[in-house]
Amino acid sequence: MKKIIKYVIIDILRSRIILAYTFFLLLLSFTIFNLEDNSAKGLLSLLNIILIIVPLMSILFSAIYVYNSAEFLELLVSQPLKRNTIWLSIFAGLACSLALAFFIGVGIPVLLYEFTPTGLTMLGVGLLLSVIFVAIALLATVKTRDKAKGIGVAILLWLYFSLLFDGLVLFILFQFADYPLEKAMIGISAFNPIDLGRILVLLKMEVSALMGYTGAVFKDFFGTAAGFIIAVMVLILWIILPAWLSTRKFNRKDL
Amino acid sequence: MIIANNINKQFGKLRALDNVSITCNKGECIALIGPNGSGKTTFIKCILGMVVCDSGFITFNGKNILHNWQYRADIGYMPQIGRYPDNMTIGQVLDMMKDIRNKNGVQLDEELVKQFGLDQLLNKRMRTLSGGTRQKVSASLAFLFNPGVLILDEPTAGLDPVAAEILKEKIIAEKAKGKLILITSHVLSELDELVTQVIYMQDGKLCFHKNINDLRADTGEEKLSRAIASVMLKKQGTK
Repeated sequence: MKKIIKYVIIDILRSRIILAYTFFLLLLSFTIFNLEDNSAKGLLSLLNIILIIVPLMSILFSAIYVYNSAEFLELLVSQPLKRNTIWLSIFAGLACSLALAFFIGVGIPVLLYEFTPTGLTMLGVGLLLSVIFVAIALLATVKTRDKAKGIGVAILLWLYFSLLFDGLVLFILFQFADYPLEKAMIGISAFNPIDLGRILVLLKMEVSALMGYTGAVFKDFFGTAAGFIIAVMVLILWIILPAWLSTRKFNRKDL
Repeated sequence: MIIANNINKQFGKLRALDNVSITCNKGECIALIGPNGSGKTTFIKCILGMVVCDSGFITFNGKNILHNWQYRADIGYMPQIGRYPDNMTIGQVLDMMKDIRNKNGVQLDEELVKQFGLDQLLNKRMRTLSGGTRQKVSASLAFLFNPGVLILDEPTAGLDPVAAEILKEKIIAEKAKGKLILITSHVLSELDELVTQVIYMQDGKLCFHKNINDLRADTGEEKLSRAIASVMLKKQGTK
């Protein structure tokens, strides 16, 4: 399995898109940190941009890569190799490359400028989101045979997680404005890894005081060590579940 | 030795394989022939585990291939259209396959690599290769690990006459070593000197599986292409 991961990573790095992505993140982070006097504010701006870009890049790059490697996959499937091994190697190769790109592109500036729990939480959330959206991309691509349709599904999924979900939640909040929904909000946020990540980082910053009553309830749960750990575990579940489902589907797929 | 028992495979409404039962023994060189869309490639993919049958089973050397993957170490497969990662060079593809497959230190058979001249082209990227050269790579990979079973899907399609001859000589040499060779081809004139048995499929069903001499006797034709043509015409007549 390690051999295939090695070949996948070499193949990915050869496509200069990952290098451009790393460089772009590096440039972005350094610019933001240098523009703001208060590095905490810089972190907030950086957080919002990252929560949009990282899932988008992960899901699109992974989907395109898997479709382009359809031939490579066919070659491997006829060899004495387990299908599990092949699929998980592709997953591992993509996850490692994207996580590494994020770590270098954002991690280095954060470690330099804002080596605080907040900064480290953001780093962790970014890494987790990179891997989560690779898993989601793999699930979308294994179920969709057609390349164009599959990439469309990937884009729609990103749109759902980054924009539509929040819109839906706001809608529900307004409809049920008379009911105390704060506890339910905690549960609902588990269904969107981006929101979960955002909450985790925001609560480490002082701005959480601005979120009012909802912020207090959230802080009550996520601010504690137990809540934090639960949130991280839910994020890890967001990696494991799609990865497991896509592997199961790949094992039975006709090639 | 490969035994396929009552295999069925349906793709949506299309019945690709309809109750197919075939036994292939070592030392035979079997031609898998049939009109386009008769299920030849689907059958081969079922043997390789690339397509999972709806019902029925296939055993390889006595063991069921379902959920099994190690048996593929003894099979060399040459696909109809070779698909390789575009950005890898020929040398890297060969190294990768050796890396992935060569666990027991089996003696490699690089004869075809040299005869096709691929050792001069090791630095060319797969993307830049012509279709025929890619077929040469596929052929070399099939024979590289000295497998006991060779499955060749349209082996000479796309090869220039010289390369086609080299491949045919190689197949004859491997046949002499007692290996099982399964060949799909539409170029029946080339199969004349190679095959010992013929499997004829149509519409996903097995029509017959005969010794080539029996086929010649039955149809009264010497050349394989004429024999099969007369079989196909008879089938069309009875349709």
